[in-house]
Order: sequence, then structure tokens, then C-alpha cells
Amino acid sequence: MSNLLDLLIAGLATGAIYAIVAVGFTLLWQTSQTINFAQGEFVMLPAFLMLAAMHVGAPFWLAIVIGMLLSMLLLGLGFKMLLVDPMLRHGVLPLAIATMALAIGIKEAVKQFFSAEASPFPSIVPAGDISILGRQVALQSVGVLALAIAAVVGLTMLLNRTSIGHQMQATAQNPTVARIIGIPVERMILLTFLINAFLVALASLLITPIYLAKFSSGEVLGQAAFIAAIVGGFNQVRGAIAGGLLIGVVDNLAAAYVSTQYRAAVPMVLLILIILLRPQGLLGRAEERTV
Amino acid sequence: MKSGILAGILLATMTAAAALAQSGAPIKLANVAELSGGGATVGTNWKNGIDLAIEEVNAKGGVLGRKLEVTHADSQSNPGVARAQVQKALDGEPYVLLGPGYSGSVKVTAPLAAEAGIAQIMGGEAAELTQGGNKFLFRTSFGQQSSMPKVAKYINDEVKAKSVAIVWVNNDFGRGGRDVITKEFAKLGVKVAADLSTEAGQADFAADVSKIKAAAPDAVFIYLNEEESARILKELKRQGVTVPLIGETTLVGQKVVELAGDAANGARGHVGLTTDAPVDLIKAFKEKFVKKYNYVPDHNGLKGYLAIYMIKATTEKMGKVDSKAFADNLHGLTIKAASEPGILMDATFDKNGDIDRQGFLVEIVDGKQVIKQVLPKLN
Repeated sequence: MSNLLDLLIAGLATGAIYAIVAVGFTLLWQTSQTINFAQGEFVMLPAFLMLAAMHVGAPFWLAIVIGMLLSMLLLGLGFKMLLVDPMLRHGVLPLAIATMALAIGIKEAVKQFFSAEASPFPSIVPAGDISILGRQVALQSVGVLALAIAAVVGLTMLLNRTSIGHQMQATAQNPTVARIIGIPVERMILLTFLINAFLVALASLLITPIYLAKFSSGEVLGQAAFIAAIVGGFNQVRGAIAGGLLIGVVDNLAAAYVSTQYRAAVPMVLLILIILLRPQGLLGRAEERTV
Repeated sequence: MKSGILAGILLATMTAAAALAQSGAPIKLANVAELSGGGATVGTNWKNGIDLAIEEVNAKGGVLGRKLEVTHADSQSNPGVARAQVQKALDGEPYVLLGPGYSGSVKVTAPLAAEAGIAQIMGGEAAELTQGGNKFLFRTSFGQQSSMPKVAKYINDEVKAKSVAIVWVNNDFGRGGRDVITKEFAKLGVKVAADLSTEAGQADFAADVSKIKAAAPDAVFIYLNEEESARILKELKRQGVTVPLIGETTLVGQKVVELAGDAANGARGHVGLTTDAPVDLIKAFKEKFVKKYNYVPDHNGLKGYLAIYMIKATTEKMGKVDSKAFADNLHGLTIKAASEPGILMDATFDKNGDIDRQGFLVEIVDGKQVIKQVLPKLN
């Protein structure tokens, strides 16, 4: 039982990070029909930007700020203006392929200019234990979970309780009507790209102390978050959150109770079942598109 | 008649020129190593060690008056890529082939080098590599068949553990080590409380550590590659596991200490080569390496370095550069550090290409390797 509790907490902590990344997938899909196959590399890169800032003498807190700002500039504004806008007019598929190329480009650039080896990365949450239900639980697991939940709650409140959030939702649901009623659609789309860049930088900050900073670490994350977004429902933020948490927990339980070798296959099986039985995802909304 | 003489003179001149060019031409070596992918730490250290040694040897006039020249190819830590790169390297007819470092990559490339009759000096440690009768394969570090019995004995005699959890990486290196140490534990009556296989490149060890906690062993034996070793040490600390953590070189290497930080403290392991060894020549090597590359190498840096000096000592013993005779001459050879300082410690190579020299038991204390015991050379 105690072992199960450990596994659940560790799974939720990892799952919460998957959820943050998966939310980015859904945001970009909803507002601009962008499937970003470089999302995993988007999580990997900010850690290296922060390490580079520390390398030139910035303290950790300042490196975080610099990393976050550079991420929003490069992975938000730059990504939208230099890749999404020119490619989207040719259709969703060329854009998806371009993001695959971008993923390779980012990985190779990090390998070239930083290192092919893993690097240590400081943790924003201090080491130590706290007592939960009479059990000692690692502060880092709880801290990661708490920060991830705070980010998700903050995003949900932004979307549901603020005027900007409502405008973003209107843009996502029907950009033509949104434009007619005076919503600055282009600005709202840009905002979602900036929010996605902020979320991936946050995920990078939380996951890199555990996974280590390495050019290839985005591969696992990107795949897990993509599966999470589909399982939860690609067109619903709450679906991506549920999918992320579910994949994190399922992955850990599979490793413990099924087999470490087959752990990667279990989320895939879940994905196939969802596609077959509930294609819109657990919390997703059925959509019809004209072809 | 006149033209015949002229042709004779021309032929003689060309032969002499070719011989002169041959005698002064650089000796070509080919290195295939893990310069990217999961084994990047291994391959990068190995490559840097090679480059440092070649620079030194060439600065002192080379080997038998000829400079050494090396080409580096990246196996991407992938046995399939390693095989293709080795084939390409062998097509260039190198004097000796260096690498790879991963046992799986060595396993698939060794038959190619043997078929070409080229000696291969590599970094793999899986026991089976030198047990298949390959006459061209040489180690730069202990094989598992010589290191694992020492580790098992240490766990039984010194740590006095009655039950052990084994965590191993599911590749040729990990499986080989796990098989040998499991047999040794059985001989000593040490119970295997948990037998956990993990994947190369695995990032999340939370479930594995939960299983270790559930098994409640007296000690944990960890046999993973460097990056995964660092990740599991961090997770073991995060989940509050306090039993002794024991492994081999890959658990207590410099890179692991750098990546795992505080979590590496207390980890113990058997190490064939370490820059913290109480050996003057190794201390001098460490200084030179740090000066050139600005970081402290792990054992792979030492392995790459002494591989070049194995080539130098063997070639000088032969008195000629003969790639076909190289392997025969290295078998049974003892290279003394007194006469060839680059070999760092006296080393003997047996008929299988296995190495015999002194080893060390180390513990990580305050982020540094501390030698707890020196294990002497066997013969």
C-alpha cells in the first residue's frame, strides 16, 4: 500500500509535467491547427538557455527569468512568425513536417553548441522530505506537483475568468465570427504561442533536475505529452491535463507492476484503445470537419 | 637497350621513393566511438584520451620515427551505426582499430576487425567479448569475469549484506554483469531480493526505486551506464533509500559525481582505473588532461590514453609497423610503467586479450572518489 502511494505521488508529479506540455499541444491546435512535433525539444531547450545564462555568471533565479524570456521570444514569437505563419497557408501537413524538421534542428544545434553529454541542472525545489498521511514523501515530488498544478489552475482561470481568456476561447471556437465581433484574433493567436512557450519553459525547469539536461531528453517528453493530449482530448485543455496525469500514473504503475521493458508500450495500448473506442479523447469534444 | 636501362632506373627510383614515403608516412589509426547518444560520456572521454596521448607521442618523435594519425567516427551509441563505421574505417586499412566503448557495439564489430586481421583495442567490459576465441580483440579495462567476483566478495565480506537488489541495464554490458554477479552471489549465499532490469537511456527511475524499497535489501548493486547511474542515485536519495549502494566503475565515475551531485555521496564501487588513484603517473595524466580539456576525465579518458601507449609499446617491441603481426605480439606482453610511462600502471595482456593490473575500491565522499583499498595485480 505504501509502495502504491509512493508510485502514485511520483506518477502524478511526472504526469503533471506531461500535462503542462500536453496543454501546449491543445492550445496550439485549437487556435491555429498547429501540431507541434517539436514540443518535446521545446521543453529541452529552455534548460540549456538557463544553463547558458548561468555559464556567463547569472545567479539561478536570474537564469530562470532569462531562460523564460528567451523561450517566449524564440519558441513563442519566433516559432509563430518564422515557421507557423509561412507554413500554415500551405496546410496542416506541411507545417507538421516542418515542426519535425525543427525538432531535429534544435537537437543537433544543442549537441553542436552545448554538448552531446548530459549536464546537471539545479532543482527549484529544495531536497528533503515532508510527512503526508504519516509517510515521508520527497519534497521535490510534492513541489513539482504543486507548481505544475498551480500553473494549470492559473491557466484555467485565465481562460475562464478573464476577458482575454474569453477572447482566446472565442478565437479557438470560430475565428471568423470572433473577428466580426471585434476580437483581435491575430493577437490572441500570438498570445497562445507565448503561453505555450511559457509552459514548456516551466516544464523544462521542473523536469530537467530529474531527467538531466541533454539534447535528446525532449524525445520521451514530447511523445508522452502527445499521447496524453490525444488520450485526454486534443481539443480540450482539461482533457490534456487529465491525459497527462493519467499517462504519468499509468507509466509508473506499469513499470512497477507489469514490466520495466514494456512500460513504454502500456501508454501506447491506452492510446490505441482510446482511438478505437473514444476518438475524441476522454474529455474531448467530438468535431466534424469538412474535407 | 637504352630504354631498358632507363626503365630500370625509373623503377628503382620509384621503389626507393615509395619505401621512403612508407617509412616516413604517418601510422594511420581509426577510432569508432560513442560521440553522441547515450554513451556520449564514454566516447568523448575515450576520444580525448586518445588525442592527448597521440599529441604527446608525436611531440616526442612518434613511434619508430613515424607520427601517429587518427580518424574519429561517431557510432551514435548504436551498434548498427558502429558496425557501418567500423567497416568504413577498416576499408581505410588502419594499423590498429580503436573502440568502440559499448560492449554491444564491440560485439558486432569485432568479427569485422578479426576478418580483416586488424587488432582492435576497445573499451567494452562484457565478459563474453574475449571468451569467443577472437585473436584480435584487446581490452583496456577489466572484463566482468575479473571485476564481478571482487565486488561480490566485497559485498559479502565487508558490507556483510545477506540480501541484495540488483539493478542492471538491459543491454550486452548490463546483462553480462548481472549474469556474472548473480552466479557469484549464489556461490557466496547472498540472496537476490530484487532483480530489476532497466532500459538504456531511461529517464524516470521512480518505479524501480519503489520496487527496491519494497524488497528491503541490505544493499543495492547498481550496474547501469553513467547517465542512468546518476539518475537512479538522485531518485534513491529522493525516496530516502539509505542502504549501501555498490557498483562498478560506472557508478562512481567523475561524470556520475558531476551529474548526481550530493546524491552520489556514499556510493561505492570497484574501479579498474581512476584519476584519483594513488599513482604518480596517473596524477600527472590527470593534470595534463585537465589542462588540455578543462575537466576531470572518467576512466574512459584513461582507457583511450593508454590504448595509444599499448600500440606504441607493442610496435617498439616488434621493431616494425606490421598490422598483421601486432595482435600476436601483444598477446602475453607485459608493459612496465617504468619503461613506458604512458601505460600508467604495469599491465599484462593474456592470450584472450584480457588485461591484468592493479585495481581499486573507492567510495564517493563529499563529491570526490576516495580510495578505500588497492587490489594488487594478480600475476
